[in-house]
Amino acid sequence: MSTLDPVAVFRMEAAECLEAIEAGLLDLTHQLDDKDLVDAVFRGLHTLKGSGAMFGFEALAAFTHHCETAFDRVRKGEVGATSELVAAVLAAQDHMRALVDQPDADHGDTGHKLLAQLQAAVGAKAAAPATATAAVAAPVQEASAKKAKNGWRIRFRLPANSMANGTNPLGLLDELRDLGECTVRADTSAIPPLDELTPTELYISWDVTLMSEQDRSAIDDVFIFVLDDMELSVEEIDGAAAAMAALVEAKPAPAAAASVSSPPVPVVPVQEFRPVEAVPVKREAPAAIQAKAAENVRVPAERLDELMDRVGELVIAQSRLSQLASASTDIALRSVSEEIERLSGELRDTMMVLRMVPVATLFSRFRRLVHDLARETGKAIELVMEGESTEVDKTVIERLADPLVHLVRNSIDHGLEVPADRLAAGKAKAGTITLSARQAGGEVIISIKDDGRGINRERVRAKAESSGLIHPGQPLSDPELLQLIFAPGFSTAAAITNLSGRGVGMDVVKKTVEELRGAIDIVSMPGQGSEVSLRIPLTLAIIDGLLVRVGSGRYVIPLAAVEECLELSLEEDLRSRGRSFISLRDSLVPFLRLRDLFRTGTKPDVHQKVVVISTGTERVGLVVDQIIGDHQTVIKSMSKLHNDVATFSGATILGDGSVALILDIGHLVAAGQQQEAQLRAAG
Amino acid sequence: MSANILTVDDSASIRLTTKVTLTNAGYSVTEAVNGAEGLAAAKSNSFDLIVTDLNMPVMDGLTMIEELRKLPAQAGVPIIFLTTESDADLKARAKAAGATGWLTKPFDPENLVKIVKKVLGR
Repeated sequence: MSTLDPVAVFRMEAAECLEAIEAGLLDLTHQLDDKDLVDAVFRGLHTLKGSGAMFGFEALAAFTHHCETAFDRVRKGEVGATSELVAAVLAAQDHMRALVDQPDADHGDTGHKLLAQLQAAVGAKAAAPATATAAVAAPVQEASAKKAKNGWRIRFRLPANSMANGTNPLGLLDELRDLGECTVRADTSAIPPLDELTPTELYISWDVTLMSEQDRSAIDDVFIFVLDDMELSVEEIDGAAAAMAALVEAKPAPAAAASVSSPPVPVVPVQEFRPVEAVPVKREAPAAIQAKAAENVRVPAERLDELMDRVGELVIAQSRLSQLASASTDIALRSVSEEIERLSGELRDTMMVLRMVPVATLFSRFRRLVHDLARETGKAIELVMEGESTEVDKTVIERLADPLVHLVRNSIDHGLEVPADRLAAGKAKAGTITLSARQAGGEVIISIKDDGRGINRERVRAKAESSGLIHPGQPLSDPELLQLIFAPGFSTAAAITNLSGRGVGMDVVKKTVEELRGAIDIVSMPGQGSEVSLRIPLTLAIIDGLLVRVGSGRYVIPLAAVEECLELSLEEDLRSRGRSFISLRDSLVPFLRLRDLFRTGTKPDVHQKVVVISTGTERVGLVVDQIIGDHQTVIKSMSKLHNDVATFSGATILGDGSVALILDIGHLVAAGQQQEAQLRAAG
Repeated sequence: MSANILTVDDSASIRLTTKVTLTNAGYSVTEAVNGAEGLAAAKSNSFDLIVTDLNMPVMDGLTMIEELRKLPAQAGVPIIFLTTESDADLKARAKAAGATGWLTKPFDPENLVKIVKKVLGR
């Protein structure tokens, strides 16, 4: 797909336009008398109609025309904006989206139904759909199609301000000359004395004899832009009369009039009126400061991905180069290598920023969803959004859209109570759904919180037991119990409602998040609501890592998660044996011995190191043999065979061509915390 | 002779079509996305022709035309407005504001070039 295809650009633009219209309409539901919003919605509809017609989306243009007309009436104050009108246009807006996506599909009666709703909302007589087509059709040619026998005699005087307004009489004369042989005579009798002359005004009128069999309409076409304001007389003449007329008419003002025969050159007085010469205004020199424009370039996502791949390969090649350079004594090579290292680092950072988009683009679509669900369920819902400016990789955003829709639906369908129940429980009538995003280390945490009834543990347990997921009475910790809802085919809804059960289950949500190398946490308090948090890595492609050695293997720890590195002295190692805690500035931090975890079967180094990593609040130390250093890492995903290897989130290629595994921080921290809990329980 | 043309439209697709059409016809094109930007561009550069939409956010085309015509340097610069309205009233208002001519959307690229040639006097 070429980016220079206007239809493709139109589709993108239409999508933006529809989003803006939707946002405007949703805001309008809260402030029906906001004139700016009405204007904004009108403009959106207007652009959509105009551009739609331009690019062959006739049905869209015709349909949108009705909505535009309705809003035009609101804009002009003929009718007030009502919630019915807003709702009708909101519904119509979905239809427009369909018309953009599938302009040729049969949309049946949807359009008619929506228009009927719209008409009912504005209280207007139902307009026949045919009027829409008329509205976007080209203006009707009114001029008569009568043909001249031999020619025309044309006398015209343009409005005095027409030159200032950009009409060039010479151009008009040239157009007449294009129609046939012309004799042009300028009547300069109306030119005032010099001191009364306004240089931008036009004082001359013309008398033209045109020998041509052209239609009268061809002449009107020449004057089309000034036709309403000018004096124009057009008479049909035959050849002999024409020649006579030119002579006779020349007599009354012989001094002022100049007669030029065809092909004529512009007469002298006229030339003086060329605006640029007659008005010696000093134009500002083309300023160095260009108009400040938001210069955005649209790039298809796959091109960015390609670029990303190249940058990834560059990073690997660069890391080989540094390795070679560091082993070399050639100063020039080493300085070039350092230069390239710096450049590739900067290139990588720039690349990262290119792919980042604010979560707002993801969150904004939930306003509509919540609005619709509130209507559907009869629940009063307040949507709160936080941290919308947090930026996440574009691919991540796209992949998260569906899971988030599911989670929001769940919160509204299962979580929030109906108003009566909420009042009975002493809560506010309207439930609150909070969508929030924040950055923590190398991750973004996106959470969906509701203040509803919370997850019913007994129901979850009963359902899990009845479907054989757990043994009856099997002891489970609260987090384990809550994790059950992510099992395939699990649903606690007594009846599958219209909202839930749309083919996307929590298992799909979990899978999507894990594919993004993220994790899901659930917190739920009975009677107070639930919060589902998705922890997603900031980016999918390249990370800064800390390269470490455990035994003979090398591993990468994402640098964003690293808090500090400590030395684990031999005595502390011995002292802590069996306890696996180190004291870190008055707090105990559990640690994992990676050598044991990976079963390297090697002897520990004398000077072992502890890398303390965290996921925001929880910390855990990882004991490694050696810290090799900072390393830019291109993440390569592992094969499907390694799907259940939770300890690693991916692999990377090192400078020497060998492979290092990337540690999954979330999993390791959880393992460390679990170990801590067990030790504490054991006393 | 290549003329410098300023196009002002909030619709990216219309801007693109206009630009492609006019560039292919041998003109150089500068773009602005609303009346305020168009006005600023016209103040800092000289254009031989301005093609503008009427309904735009920030500053609409009518206001831009009025403001342009207040500038002595803009006297005589032709302004063509693009309109979807068959509304005679709007046309009259744009003309009163100082527009030179109009083109009804949807337009054919050939039509645009024809009109541009017409107002530029070839």
